[in-house]
Amino acid sequence: MQKAPFITSYLTEHTADDAFATLAGYRAHGGYEAARRALTQMSPEQVVELLKDAGLQGRGGAGFSTGMKWSFMPKDSDKPKYLVCNADESEPGSFKDRLLLERAPHQMLEGILIGAFATGADKTFVYVRGEYAHPANVLQRALDECYAAGIFGANCLGTDLRHDVVVTRGAGAYICGEETGLLESLEGKKGQPRKKPPFPAQFGAFGMPTTVNNVETFSHVPHVVAKGADWFRGFGTEKSPGTTIFGVSGHVKRPGLYELPLGTRLDEIVFEHAGGPPDGRKVKGVIPGGMSMPILPASQLDVPMANEFLRERKTMLGTGGVMVMHDATCMVRVGCIITYFFRDESCGQCTQCREGTGWLHKIMQRIERGAGSPADLDLLLDVASKMEGQTICAFADAAAWPVQGLLRHFREDFEEHVKQGKCPFPESFEL
Amino acid sequence: MVISDAVRSAIDAEIAKYPEKRGALLAALHLVQREHGWIAPETAKAIAEIFEIRAIEVMEVVTFYNMFLDRPQGRHQVRVCTNLPCSLRGARELVHTLEQHLGVEAGETTPDGRIHLGHEECLGACAWAPMMRIDDTYYENLDAEQAKKILDSLK
Repeated sequence: MQKAPFITSYLTEHTADDAFATLAGYRAHGGYEAARRALTQMSPEQVVELLKDAGLQGRGGAGFSTGMKWSFMPKDSDKPKYLVCNADESEPGSFKDRLLLERAPHQMLEGILIGAFATGADKTFVYVRGEYAHPANVLQRALDECYAAGIFGANCLGTDLRHDVVVTRGAGAYICGEETGLLESLEGKKGQPRKKPPFPAQFGAFGMPTTVNNVETFSHVPHVVAKGADWFRGFGTEKSPGTTIFGVSGHVKRPGLYELPLGTRLDEIVFEHAGGPPDGRKVKGVIPGGMSMPILPASQLDVPMANEFLRERKTMLGTGGVMVMHDATCMVRVGCIITYFFRDESCGQCTQCREGTGWLHKIMQRIERGAGSPADLDLLLDVASKMEGQTICAFADAAAWPVQGLLRHFREDFEEHVKQGKCPFPESFEL
Repeated sequence: MVISDAVRSAIDAEIAKYPEKRGALLAALHLVQREHGWIAPETAKAIAEIFEIRAIEVMEVVTFYNMFLDRPQGRHQVRVCTNLPCSLRGARELVHTLEQHLGVEAGETTPDGRIHLGHEECLGACAWAPMMRIDDTYYENLDAEQAKKILDSLK
């Protein structure tokens, strides 16, 4: 794990410094002053308005307005209210939240404290994926420091606000990144997503009003409060302000993390920052935002990495996980790995998803083996179209989209397998 | 296998953090598995009693999550990530090397009960591929020789 991204901005400016993960180190850089300002000089409504003005969008994949989300929490309810921090980072190709948990836990906790004040929440559950044992330990240490210093607990930062934070560990299930799957898991159950409505703001964790935000989203909040909406809008595009941490992996010379403004062009990230493919290879395709997002071919990398532009190319920013594949790569093998993953991780409660993910994988493997027929290509698309928009959660869509993307841009790879009766890419990565 | 007093009080401390007892079930399973190595049927029954639910509800949770083991699987859980970013950088080759080195296939335990070798899905270490998780620790940027040495050092 890098201690800091190759390119840093406000979120990761100090992550190279080991002390930044401690309370003293964080305070040396003005830590918890934004929360103090919010709690003592602002009303909860003003904090929500500030976030709306800044245009901060969730960084967990869906890109929903954080201020709007916070405003959905009922104000006149006498029930307990909860915040949930989604630290179940498990979208293949994504590894930014791990950095923020390990190297800047207080930055996220300060965002949570501000969120607690703005939404009137009593308690926050930080749901950390089970495999992130070390990040969870670092976070727990940071939280213990906060309790000892009176930052959380009965009188947060010496005010009347009471707020508690609990670190919860998952146990290895991709679906728990889906917010209602996460809520089920938090309640000690199988992580099977819930039907919506009711939405979590009305009926969330333990049946109480709940708001779920991602690790990175909370980490932006103190910066917005400290420096204002106009400052925040100085980064990124008009519709997608701020920076994000792109994770670049696969066939590049410098895989790693890069904190850059939203709207940075994909080709700039792949070639200028990550150095492009090694060994004089050329790029064949790039998945721009974690494995659920449709791939783009080499000819379409001139796209700014923000949803308003990526949507025009029929893909999305997702979690900013950029996966690069060079020209020896077999896109059917890529499809085999993607469909295996979704088949393995489907929670099984909706037929379209449980059966569809299995069929996508079987057909994909048949084509890779050289046993596919010309009709299999459209069969893949047919199965995918019957999964999309048909299920309780977006997992089935996330399984269908990458298959559609591969066939949209690399149909000839599939056709060659069928025609030759074998995989025509002997130099591709092993399956 | 009974749950020790130390684990029992750690479970009670977890239960106190949640508005409903059952919220601490995953935490309890992690604690018990650390002590016993796996969740045996009689252990599931003991956990069910603590949480005032049926044993089958405990087993539903155990079998839903990859990290909980419903059978003994060796002293060390070695998991090589074979998702796309890792596979692009040689993870499958690494699995084959480790299979040969240990004389077992992925999904099996060495005869001496030392190592269970397996695949795993994305572990959030994509830029430092290939990588593996051994119990709670990540090993990144591996080459075959290093990985073999690490496995040899496991007791």
